[in-house]
Amino acid sequence: MKKCIVTVLGKDTVGIVAKVCTYLAENQINILDISQTIIQGYFNMMVIADVTGLEKDFTVLCDEMEKLGEEIGVSIRCQREEIFEKMHRL
Amino acid sequence: MINMYEVSETNKMIEHENLDVRTITLGISLLDCIDSDLDELNRKIYDKITRTAENLVAVGADIEKEFGIPIVNKRISVTPIALIGGAACRTPEDFVTIARTLDRAAQTVGVNFIGGYSALVSKGMTKSDENLIRSIPQALSETERICSSVNVGSTKTGIDMDAVRLCGEMVKAAAEATKERDSLGCAKLVIFCNAPDDNPFMAGAFLGVTEGDAVINVGVSGPGVVKKALEEVRGKGFEELCETIKKTAFKVTRVGQLVAGEASKRLGIPFGIVDLSLAPTPAVGDSVAEILEEIGLERVGAPGTTAALALLNDQVKKGGVMASSYVGGLSGAFIPVSEDQGMIDAVHAGSLSLEKLEAMTCVCSVGLDMIAIPGKTSAATISGIIADEMAIGMVNQKTTAVRLIPVIGKDVGDTAEFGGLLGYAPIMPVNEFGCEAFISRKGRIPAPIHSFKN
Repeated sequence: MKKCIVTVLGKDTVGIVAKVCTYLAENQINILDISQTIIQGYFNMMVIADVTGLEKDFTVLCDEMEKLGEEIGVSIRCQREEIFEKMHRL
Repeated sequence: MINMYEVSETNKMIEHENLDVRTITLGISLLDCIDSDLDELNRKIYDKITRTAENLVAVGADIEKEFGIPIVNKRISVTPIALIGGAACRTPEDFVTIARTLDRAAQTVGVNFIGGYSALVSKGMTKSDENLIRSIPQALSETERICSSVNVGSTKTGIDMDAVRLCGEMVKAAAEATKERDSLGCAKLVIFCNAPDDNPFMAGAFLGVTEGDAVINVGVSGPGVVKKALEEVRGKGFEELCETIKKTAFKVTRVGQLVAGEASKRLGIPFGIVDLSLAPTPAVGDSVAEILEEIGLERVGAPGTTAALALLNDQVKKGGVMASSYVGGLSGAFIPVSEDQGMIDAVHAGSLSLEKLEAMTCVCSVGLDMIAIPGKTSAATISGIIADEMAIGMVNQKTTAVRLIPVIGKDVGDTAEFGGLLGYAPIMPVNEFGCEAFISRKGRIPAPIHSFKN
């Protein structure tokens, strides 16, 4: 299974989760874990997702998610899971 | 499964603490390009580099995007050109044609530096070595991307003082040849003792003859991450201090290992080593000097600096070694002056001198690095400084190097501007007593005895 981590940061507004999840679903990306908090009005979300079924290039996904973030007015990063796995797990 | 805290820790390092992979360096052996016809040699070199490194920059950019980690430089190192050009080059000018070819190849594949315009002369110089060394000033002034190095000594062979004398003259000549750009040529010329074969960092990178046909070496960085982590242990004992550095170095190096593995897989080129060096940049918050100050010094250069640096260097290695399957290169903390804002500030404040920097090089990688000195400094004095630094490397069985920039037309009180990652540097005073008679002696300093260590 190929996993990626999506992080969303920014000012809270209506529909952030919906828009991000819709985009993921449209791209055959299955959400494995999702956690979300609001700290002092700031929206903070992390999604662990399975990108095995992704048909487009992963770099295209990164670009499109970033663009989606700009449309909503938040910052969205999409990274392969390995960078976190390597750094925090032996 | 990875949790939110871990994800935000990693991303904070990248976004706010300047965590990056400093360089993916593709080492390319040019041994199979050797030819007695100069035009043919140049053609083969160009073809091999552009063929082998064709996808380097694109693969680097993909990894950068997919993992969300900046990869600052993609570079190339090649077999020392003195060995490659020996059969075809009769004069220094012949060697310059190879420099132009390397520059053109680097431009074609999109890398900003190519290292290996080098000669290994720790015991003696062949005619070819000497021609290459004599061609360095012209090569550096007529190209943009060439980095040059000369290994003039080793623990096993001693120091070739004829080469040290010649290198002093060439540093001065390179400064003259690039004087309208604050003697920038010298920023791309390193004089080594015990030079490693697998160093990914410029300007001293070359691919040793003991290496394979092509290899991926990666240099990580992260002074800002270490500094930030140490802010959490202010006032605590040495045990906590050292543990914190080790843990941080481990995390930083794991990123390097990941990137090295990915680059190797995607390019189909074997992974060589990860270099554990803490490499600063002129950016605020990306400074080795700031780490030393966080450890407890008012300014770098104050008493205690050498001890603090020794501790830092050792803990970085201890933490990094376990994080990577193969470690090599220079692996230590770099202390360049112009590339580290904290070092520059310390020079301005009058806390850091050339002599203290020399002492610091005894306990860390790599040497007197990116130090601007008055343009009027004589070639013999430059050779004297080189000889001192080489002696430290030879006796202590470590790599040392000298990258001095005698800035023509400038003196103490002035500032030299190099731009970009090379930064800027205040001109530092040099001891004005001479060493002419010492440097003009012919021959070499014998290898040191390895017993009776005191």
